[in-house]
Amino acid sequence: MKYPKDGKFGEFGGKYIPETLVPAIEELEENYLKFKDNKDFKKELDYYLKQYAGRPTPLYYAKNLSEKCGGAKIYLKREDLLHGGAHKINNTLGQALLAKKMNKKRIIAETGAGQHGVATAMACAVLGMKSEVYMGYKDTIRQKLNVYRMNMLGAKVHPVKSGSKTLKDAINEAIRDWITNVESTYYLLGSAVGPHPYPVMVRDFQSVIGEEIKVQMKKISKTPDVVIACVGGGSNAIGTFYPLVDTNAEIIGVEAAGKGLKSKYHSATLSAGSKGVLHGMMTYLLQDDEGQITETYSISAGLDYPGVGPEHSYLKDTKRVKYHSATDAEVIDAFLMLTRTEGIIPALESAHAIAEAIKVAKKSKKSESIIVTLSGRGDKDVEEVQRYLSKHVKN
Amino acid sequence: MSRIREKFAELSAKKEKALIAYIMVGYPNENATISSVRGLVKGGADIIELGFPFSDPLADGPIIQNASMISLENGTKINRFFNIVKKIRRETDIPLILMTYTNILYHKGYPEFITEAKNAGIDGFILPDMSIEESKEYLASAKNMTDTIFLISPNTTKSRIEKIGKSSSGFLYLVAVYGTTGIKTGIQNYTLKAIKEVKKITSGKIPVGVGFGVSTPDDVKKYVKAGADAVIVGSAFLKLIEQTPQNKLELRIAAFTKSLKRQTIIT
Ligand SMILES: Cc1ncc(COP(=O)(O)O)c(C=O)c1O
Repeated sequence: MKYPKDGKFGEFGGKYIPETLVPAIEELEENYLKFKDNKDFKKELDYYLKQYAGRPTPLYYAKNLSEKCGGAKIYLKREDLLHGGAHKINNTLGQALLAKKMNKKRIIAETGAGQHGVATAMACAVLGMKSEVYMGYKDTIRQKLNVYRMNMLGAKVHPVKSGSKTLKDAINEAIRDWITNVESTYYLLGSAVGPHPYPVMVRDFQSVIGEEIKVQMKKISKTPDVVIACVGGGSNAIGTFYPLVDTNAEIIGVEAAGKGLKSKYHSATLSAGSKGVLHGMMTYLLQDDEGQITETYSISAGLDYPGVGPEHSYLKDTKRVKYHSATDAEVIDAFLMLTRTEGIIPALESAHAIAEAIKVAKKSKKSESIIVTLSGRGDKDVEEVQRYLSKHVKN
Repeated sequence: MSRIREKFAELSAKKEKALIAYIMVGYPNENATISSVRGLVKGGADIIELGFPFSDPLADGPIIQNASMISLENGTKINRFFNIVKKIRRETDIPLILMTYTNILYHKGYPEFITEAKNAGIDGFILPDMSIEESKEYLASAKNMTDTIFLISPNTTKSRIEKIGKSSSGFLYLVAVYGTTGIKTGIQNYTLKAIKEVKKITSGKIPVGVGFGVSTPDDVKKYVKAGADAVIVGSAFLKLIEQTPQNKLELRIAAFTKSLKRQTIIT
C-alpha cells in the first residue's frame, strides 16, 4: 500500500493516541508529505546516505556459506557495513533531517539493542541536534557497549525501570516524554511501528534497502527466488520487502522463537500472537487472554518486542509474506557458521534471518538464489554469545 | 438521561460543580477499594472513576503506573473487577466510570465488554488512547448503553473540539496539562485559558471536566472559578491510599474528599 491516507493497512495501523499528541502527529504527517518528494530534501538525504552512512551497501555472494549448505546461492545485503553498524541509520538520517526542517530542537528516541539509539545519536551529532534516548534497564546491561557509544556521541541515555524494562517500556517512556514536551520535541521512532504516519515513513526511509537490491539483482541477471529478513518491529524487513512485493519472489520474515514457541520465552508476535492495540497501532501482539501485554524474551535485544509493524500484520493476513521463526540455539549456530565460513560477524537479530536462509538453502536447488538482509554487525553481541556458549557448550 | 448527566443536572440545580474521584481497583487490594469507595461517598464525591489496570499505561505517570502494576500482581481480572463493581452498586447509586486502555475492550470485543460493564453497573468509559478516528465500533457498541467520555487537551483545535464533543457523552474531559497523570504543583495559565475556550466552544451542550495533576482543594477552587463543570482528582487519592493503614482508610478518604468537595460549591 503506497500511502494509506488514514494510516490503515487493511484493519491494521491507525492512530490510537492520547489527544495531546494529535497536533504533533498531524504536524509530522503534514511535513513528511511536504518533504518526502521534495527535490532538495531528497538530495540532502541522499548525500548523507552516500557520503556519511556509506550507501549503497554491497549485495555480497556468500560463496562459502552457500557451498556449505549445498543448495541455492545465498546473497547478503550488507547493511552491517553501514556507519554505526546497522540499517538503523537509513531511518535516523531521514527523520533527523525532517526534524531539522520542522525546526525541532530536541530529539527523543527509544532503543532496544541500542543500535537505533546509536544511529540517532550519530545523526543528531552530524546535524547539530540534541538527543535523549530511552532504553530498558535490562537492555542497558546486556548491550552496555552501545550505552557507552551513545554517551560518547553526546546523547543522554535514560534507563527505563518500569514494566518489563525492555524495548516496549522504553517506547512507553518515550511517548510519555513526548506528551509532556510535545511542542519542542521530535520523537524519532526506530522501527516501522507506532501511530500513523510512523509505520509508512520508516518503511519509506528503509526502502532504500529493497530498491538497491532491485538494481543489484539485475547484475545477477534474475529475480531472487527467496528474500529473507529478520522481524523485530519490522523496519529492516519492510524496507527489504516493500520494493519487492510485486515480484515473484517468495518472501519470508523471521521472528525470534527464543526458547521455543511452546515456551513462554519468545517474541514471535506474528507466529504466535493475536490482534490488539498497543503503542498507537492496531496490530498483532503477544498478550494474555485478558488483553494484558505479556513479557517477551529473545537472546537479541532488538527483537525482544511484543508487537510488530502493522504492515507486516497485513502482509501476513493477505498471505503475501510468510513469517517463520528461529530459536536461540538455531541463531547461535547460524551466527557461528557465518562467522567461520565468511568472516562476517552478524548481529544476533540478523542471525535469525541467516538461520532461516540456511534452512531454505539446504532444501533448494543450486540454480536458485536467496537474498538475506544482514541488518547489522555483531560486535555488540560477542559478549552475549560468549555467555551463551559458556553456559550451553561443555568443554 | 444517563446517571452521569442526571448527576450534572442535579448539581447544577444546587449551584454546585462535580467532584470526580479516581481510584485504581485492586490497589493495594480489593478491601482497600471497597473502603475507599465508602470514604469517597461519605465525603461527598459526585462521581467515581474506577481504574482497571493495563500492563502499558502510556498516559499515566509513576503513581498510577505503580498502582496498575500492583493491582495486576494482585490478580485483578475483568471478572473480579465486575464483581467489585456489583458489590459497590449494592451500596450506592453514585455514577461509576470505568477508566482503562483500548486494548482491554478490544480484546474481549467492544459489545461484549460494554454489555458486561453496563450489567455490573458501569455508566461510562474513559479510554485515554482512543481517538475519535478509531472509535466507530466503540461508539456503536456503547450507544444507548454507556456514556463515552473523550479527552481533549489544551492544544486541541477548535474544529476538533467540536468533533470530539459530538462523539462524547456524559462529559468532556479536558486534560489540564501537557503531560501524564500525576501530582503537579501550581496551575498553568494555559489551562485556565483552555477551560474558558472549551466552555465557549461547547456552549453548555456538554459539561466540561478538568483532570490530570489536580491534587489540592486550592486546585479545585481555581478550576471551578475558571468555569470547569467538574474537577477530577486521581493520583492524590492513590498517594493517600498508599500512606494510610487499612483501618483508617475510609475515614481519611472521607475527610480529604470533603475538603475537595467544599471547593465545588459556589457561594
Ligand atoms: C541489527 C538489527 N537488526 C534488526 C533489528 C530489529 O529491528 P527491525 O525489525 O525494526 O529491523 C535491530 C533492532 O535493534 C537491530 O539492531
